[in-house]
Amino acid sequence: MSTTIRTTYREALRMGLRDALARDERAFLMGEDVAHYGGTYAVSKSLHGEFGEDRVRDTPLSESGFVGAGIGAAMNGMRPIVEVMTVNFSLLALDQIVNNAATLRHMSGGQIEVPVVIRMTTGAGRQLAAQHSHSLEVWYAHVPGLRVVAPATLADARGMLWTALQDPDPVVIFEHAMLLPMEGELDADAGAVDIDHAAVRRPGTQLSLITYGGSLHKCLEAAEVLAREGVDAEVLDLRTLRPLDVDAIVASVTKTRRALVVDEGWKTCSLAAEIMALIVEHAFYDLDAPLARVCSAEVPIPYPKHLEDAALPQVGRIVAAACEVLSR
Amino acid sequence: MSIESGEAHRLLWQMVRIRRFEEKCAELYSAGHIRGFLHLYIGEEAIAAGALPELRADDSILGTYREHGHALARGVPAGAIMAEMFGKREGCSGGRGGSMHLFDVSRRFFGGNAIVGGALPLAVGFALAEQMRGTDRVVACFFGEGAMAEGEFHESANLAALWKLPVMFLCENNLYAMGTALGRSQSNVDLCEKAHGYGMRALSVDGMDVLEVRDAMRRAVASVRAGEGPIFVEFRTYRFRAHSMFDPELYRDKAEVAAWRQRCPIERFVRTALEREWLDDAGVAAIESEVAAEIDEAVAIAHAGTWEPLEALERDVYVRAPAAPAARA
Ligand SMILES: Cc1ncc(C[n+]2csc(CCOP(=O)(O)OP(=O)(O)O)c2C)c(N)n1
Ligand SMILES: [Mg+2]
Repeated sequence: MSTTIRTTYREALRMGLRDALARDERAFLMGEDVAHYGGTYAVSKSLHGEFGEDRVRDTPLSESGFVGAGIGAAMNGMRPIVEVMTVNFSLLALDQIVNNAATLRHMSGGQIEVPVVIRMTTGAGRQLAAQHSHSLEVWYAHVPGLRVVAPATLADARGMLWTALQDPDPVVIFEHAMLLPMEGELDADAGAVDIDHAAVRRPGTQLSLITYGGSLHKCLEAAEVLAREGVDAEVLDLRTLRPLDVDAIVASVTKTRRALVVDEGWKTCSLAAEIMALIVEHAFYDLDAPLARVCSAEVPIPYPKHLEDAALPQVGRIVAAACEVLSR
Repeated sequence: MSIESGEAHRLLWQMVRIRRFEEKCAELYSAGHIRGFLHLYIGEEAIAAGALPELRADDSILGTYREHGHALARGVPAGAIMAEMFGKREGCSGGRGGSMHLFDVSRRFFGGNAIVGGALPLAVGFALAEQMRGTDRVVACFFGEGAMAEGEFHESANLAALWKLPVMFLCENNLYAMGTALGRSQSNVDLCEKAHGYGMRALSVDGMDVLEVRDAMRRAVASVRAGEGPIFVEFRTYRFRAHSMFDPELYRDKAEVAAWRQRCPIERFVRTALEREWLDDAGVAAIESEVAAEIDEAVAIAHAGTWEPLEALERDVYVRAPAAPAARA
């Protein structure tokens, strides 16, 4: 039996970074306040002391500039890990990510490789108001040329980075801000994990709750509530948002015959919409009830707690929506 | 250095108001009434207090997430600002923005932007509109020195200078962008040179001296209003407190902070005002008690404020609510 250590999602991310910096001398971390400040969310705290200023490198406020520099360094043989403080500010770097990182391999007839990893925090829930609370994973998941992953567990927080660094193409990693303090047990010898497959986090037979990132834990809690009411729900963690693991989605839905998608993005043109479309394309005749989804309300996320709570997917809404699907 | 009667009183009152208001905010943050990000302006008060009165009511102001002082100095009522911090309906943004997103369009105070550099292109557009309408209104845009590394600064500066727009780029250089010292983020720390590079007039003033701020601002406003094109003003300043309430301040020496605290704009102005007999001790004490009463009232307004009902959550996303999908047959 392997031993485990008690740790947090934040520390697991740091272990992943430390491991990557130690194992590959081409790897370096760069971003705003990753070094002297200690990392905006303290993820990279202490790393610049361990690896020096060259490899844990503070940048000026220039999202487009330093993300572009990361892409260039990757094209030129390095393995940069670029931290954009949050998805909100990544909008200033969209041009670099979408027009350069995602296109260069194809446009160059396969001559160019962009093995860059771009990490960013995402999500709402801390009363930071509209400009600091976006969940725009789907913007990146829309783009061919990118791989998009969303670690929701300690093992994935620890292990996705190394695998992403081995990927010869650009990978965007979304770390949900609400998960950072999450505590739990992690295998002492935890290491790289696959970033190709979704994972069933709770097996069940009557309903599939399909989700990712910060909403995973809300779904697991909802499944507990449903279990007390005699409903056996399965929870599927997508893990990788592009390319989606269609087989896992279809396998789950063909088994349970009902599905509810939970996504912190806004409903219109959401990842949830894509997943529902995939189910309709691949498993329509296996369904016993119309599909449903719980997403964020169609508003810029408001500051006051009661309105923010009301705008985001919550356990109560997930349970209610699940009951609705089960009643059809 | 000239000063009109009553002006010394007004300048000190404004700085003290901002200082005490924010000290109260810090307290209310610890008590859990204010949440989210809270960025204090403490140490930098001379800039808002000295600069804002030089603008006219029909001029426009844009700021950052560190904008409590500017809002107060622009005349947004303290109660409306405090209620906003609480997230109450009575707040100047209806409670939906919080500390970083103070708006009061009736006073032409256009926020409260939490994206570094985000307001700069907006200010250029504001000024373009004024130019096209042929008004003599100016646009004042405050930002931190950190924003000068953003492309948005450079694109905005170029456009403003190219089109000779009536916009003022007011840079509050407090030497740090979160934990990143200016010298670790800029290849050239002479900020005025950057503005010169775009053919823009630029000056640097001591932002800890409210009278120097006032004088520089007065001249700068007059020149922009007279049609001489955009101007860049660097206010050299320092924030005495952490970047936000989440900042453990690992990146700077306590001794450096202490040295800057010696240059506190309020203490410094009180000394001058007493020496030159613009004010006496009783006058200074009266300001403190007047401000204390105003802040007590602001806090009471915030506490008494109401929560927006949940049914209003999706209101104000569009002017008209999008039509509900037609019911299925
Ligand atoms: C585009 C963008 N990138 C990063 C951030 C995170 N952030 C918030 S404030 C700040 C520092 C800005 O420093 P400066 O412009 O000097 O203003 P100051 O806080 O010193 O007043 C950073 C990096 C942000 N809000 N927006
Ligand atoms: Mg600064």
